[in-house]
Amino acid sequence: MSELIRKDASELSALLQAGDISSVELTQAHLDRIDAVDGKVHAFLHVDHQGAIASARAVDERRSNGDALGPLAGVPLALKDILATKGLPTTVGSRMLEGWIPPYDATVVTKLREAGIVILGKTNMDEFAMGSSTEHSAYGPTHNPWDLERIPGGSGGGSSASLAAFEAPLAIGTDTGGSIRQPAAVTGTVGVKPTYGGVSRYGVVALASSLDQVGPCGRTVLDTALLHSVIAGHDPMDQTSINSPVPAVVEAAKRGDIAGMRIGVVKELGGDGYQSGVRQRFDEAVVVLQSLGAQIVEVSCPSFDFALAAYYLILPSECSSNLAKFDGIRFGLRAGDDGTRSVEQVMSQTRAAGFGDEVIRRIILGTYALSAGYYDAYYGQAQKVRALIAQDFAKAFAQVDVLISPTAPTTAFKIGEKLDDPLAMYLNDIATIPVNLAGIPGMSLPIGLAPEDNLPVGIQIMAPAMADDRLYNVGAALERALLAQWGAPILSSMAGV
Amino acid sequence: MAEPVIAFDQALKEFDPVLGLEVHVELGTRTKMFCGCSTEFGGEPNTHVCPVCLGLPGSLPALNRIGVESAIRIGLALNCEIATWCRFARKNYFYPDMPKNFQTSQYDEPICFNGYLDVDVDTDEGRKTFRVEIERAHMEEDTGKNTHMGGATGRIHGADYSLVDYNRAGIPLIEIVTKPITGTGKYAPEVAKAYVAALRDILRGLGVSDVKMEQGSLRCDVNLSLRPSPEHELGTRSETKNVNSLRSVERSVRYEVTRQAARLLAGQRVVQETRHWHEDTGVTTSGRSKEQAEDYRYFPEPDLIPIAPSREWVEELRSTLPENPAVRRARLTKTWNISELEMENLINAGVLELVESAVNAGMSPDAARKWYTGELARVANERGVEVEELGVTHVELARIEALIATGALNDKLARQVLEGVIAREGDVDSIIASRGLAVVSDDGPLLEAIVAALAADPEVAEKIASGKVQAAGSVVGAVMKATRGQADAARVRELLFAHLGVSE
Repeated sequence: MSELIRKDASELSALLQAGDISSVELTQAHLDRIDAVDGKVHAFLHVDHQGAIASARAVDERRSNGDALGPLAGVPLALKDILATKGLPTTVGSRMLEGWIPPYDATVVTKLREAGIVILGKTNMDEFAMGSSTEHSAYGPTHNPWDLERIPGGSGGGSSASLAAFEAPLAIGTDTGGSIRQPAAVTGTVGVKPTYGGVSRYGVVALASSLDQVGPCGRTVLDTALLHSVIAGHDPMDQTSINSPVPAVVEAAKRGDIAGMRIGVVKELGGDGYQSGVRQRFDEAVVVLQSLGAQIVEVSCPSFDFALAAYYLILPSECSSNLAKFDGIRFGLRAGDDGTRSVEQVMSQTRAAGFGDEVIRRIILGTYALSAGYYDAYYGQAQKVRALIAQDFAKAFAQVDVLISPTAPTTAFKIGEKLDDPLAMYLNDIATIPVNLAGIPGMSLPIGLAPEDNLPVGIQIMAPAMADDRLYNVGAALERALLAQWGAPILSSMAGV
Repeated sequence: MAEPVIAFDQALKEFDPVLGLEVHVELGTRTKMFCGCSTEFGGEPNTHVCPVCLGLPGSLPALNRIGVESAIRIGLALNCEIATWCRFARKNYFYPDMPKNFQTSQYDEPICFNGYLDVDVDTDEGRKTFRVEIERAHMEEDTGKNTHMGGATGRIHGADYSLVDYNRAGIPLIEIVTKPITGTGKYAPEVAKAYVAALRDILRGLGVSDVKMEQGSLRCDVNLSLRPSPEHELGTRSETKNVNSLRSVERSVRYEVTRQAARLLAGQRVVQETRHWHEDTGVTTSGRSKEQAEDYRYFPEPDLIPIAPSREWVEELRSTLPENPAVRRARLTKTWNISELEMENLINAGVLELVESAVNAGMSPDAARKWYTGELARVANERGVEVEELGVTHVELARIEALIATGALNDKLARQVLEGVIAREGDVDSIIASRGLAVVSDDGPLLEAIVAALAADPEVAEKIASGKVQAAGSVVGAVMKATRGQADAARVRELLFAHLGVSE
């Protein structure tokens, strides 16, 4: 196994810039790793061997020509299969889009290409990003490199697993209710959901438009920040994108100084329902933060108790409309078109054949919630809760600089364990959902292994909108202190695939 | 099958009609409402499309600012209030011509609301003004277009297959909805027509749309209900679609009054439904029933941000509004000293703007009207184009007119010059030169032609000499022929009489 694959993106960046390694060499090492282990992990739905080597070669050429290149030029990356990639399959983990090749690139993909980042392939996910385990992928589950019988989180389990399995040093995820942060937590990696509007959604297949956000994933806080600064920024193609400067995330990740900072522990996100090892590691992390000079305050956000209920009305409502376009007429799967059926029948058969159970469940929920006579009681009421949650955050941020909580209530559970119990599955996102409802940024960072199962635990850091840099500052400080405690990165204690 | 009807006058004795009009206007923006695709009419199917207007996975809408600007200007011209804050909403329903299976529209937060439009209608008591109250004007996107192949009717039923063209999908539309229009009595058909005509003039004056009903850039749905008297509550309405000319607006209202009255008098009820207007037979037929109201599951469009037009912007747009067409018409009728009928003719010929700019450039109103409603209208009509499309400027007309005044051109030659102008052969003077069209003002060649004509027909000279002056016509005709129309006929006549020593 090439040692290159164990290195952080920032280290690889230095090696590339110094001319010690080539991007082709680095990319090939990762492709070899994918070939060797992905049969077990199944992080990827599509590996673009040729395309990756070609872009690596192009970066190497530009470097030898003396072109000015960004810090991550030549570094490989795993891309969640929800972002449209021109000429590369984009399935969103669904049979509905099997074989669909988009004619255009998502804005984030354009930015990655312009930065010279090498796209290795597309990663597995819960179908249409609906799920917390990647078991809802139409192409089979992804396995957690810490324990192949366990889930890697979801919906972006493919991206987090690819990092933990050293198949890629960087990955892109999307986060609607925790799909970047919860997989990061259960795989011992770092993931950030930026401020809503901080990163363009153009070309990201929509789940819930008002909640979806693209974000960076890495094995370190600095790597994640480097990727964040590549993908963030205003995009006129996305009207919900914010037209103001990108927070200075890289500087913050290099700083890591929290002396005098006020950090709030959210009372409602902890306690009952959280695994003891999760609570223990979280409490220890709080002590570390305190030892670094932060002032710890307990903060109450009473409306968070209604967050899950509101989320499971808003998300299905928006997704029932967003997914209406999948009807077999213009792209993707078409079922039942044998000349005997009407267009309505073909649309109906296509949707029945193309969507999995969880997708259909949420479309039905949303269709119901938006129906005349129910709208006010469901969608309308949920929007009010959403406003209350934003108010809770606003009040909390008047007292503290950032908020913290465990990222997920448990460590990685066994594949199949919660598949037949949607409510138990939904509860995985109980701590991450309020962040999406309020549109603020959140990070998950590994804080150790739960003593009872030796599986990674993540802490969630939350900051006010457009203060994404605070996540990186706090995250870097905590990461540095924990690394000193452990003596080695958390992934080095993984048995390995 | 045609339904029974009763006479219109009889229907009006029994019932009070209530109108409602929904007009869809395609805006003349260069690009679509939410993407950069061209809005040009008549392109090859599915060539004016992109990921956004095809609703491809991942694509997002980006709002056309000119579309919003046009909506506000339309609202202001219709005396509407302009929302300080409003949103788009998704109207969810499945149909193959709609790429996303929802239409991005506005629901309970329209950008313009509470307006009115006054329209004049001739009544038994003379010209009377009816105020049509506008409920709202909102922004939305057009759908694509289905073509059903293989069936006899062109309808979806019986078709072998259907083709969809998404070129139209995403073209900006403004939907203008009236409040129920009451108090029209027997003038309901005329009020409906006058409203659509007035609206069309306003939209044309604003320059926001080409308002061609026959091409579908202005589409009208006519709602009509009857009630026993104005004291009663509103009756059940029908909604007639496909009403694609002003005349059809009037006829369809008249027809629906007579149809609904027949039903009600026969003890039947009016069904709430969509009906289709048939231009050829002059009747409406039942479309889909709206008894079970469709549930569009409207909710605010999360991919677009709210629109909050600043008052400064609204006032700035208000200052760009042209004069109200009705006011302008009255003003021009007076200053040009023409009759209302003559004004109607100018409007119907679509040349009011052209005449006005010619007059503004110094041409007399009579001369300008003569050209635009005469020769130019004739040529345009012959070619099936608008007068404007002939591309003749008032500068060229003014030059031709000046040459006629000095006698350098006669009417016949002037028409030939105009022909050259339309054919883009050059400016007026170079056309006269290259086509050799100047009036022959030199008496020498004219005299020669007269002598030749008299020689060819010796008897005619005697006739004229003996006092039959009308015989001079054949000589003048022969001279005109010989000079290919370039002679001044009056001068030829003078010379002829002088030559023969006869006085007229």
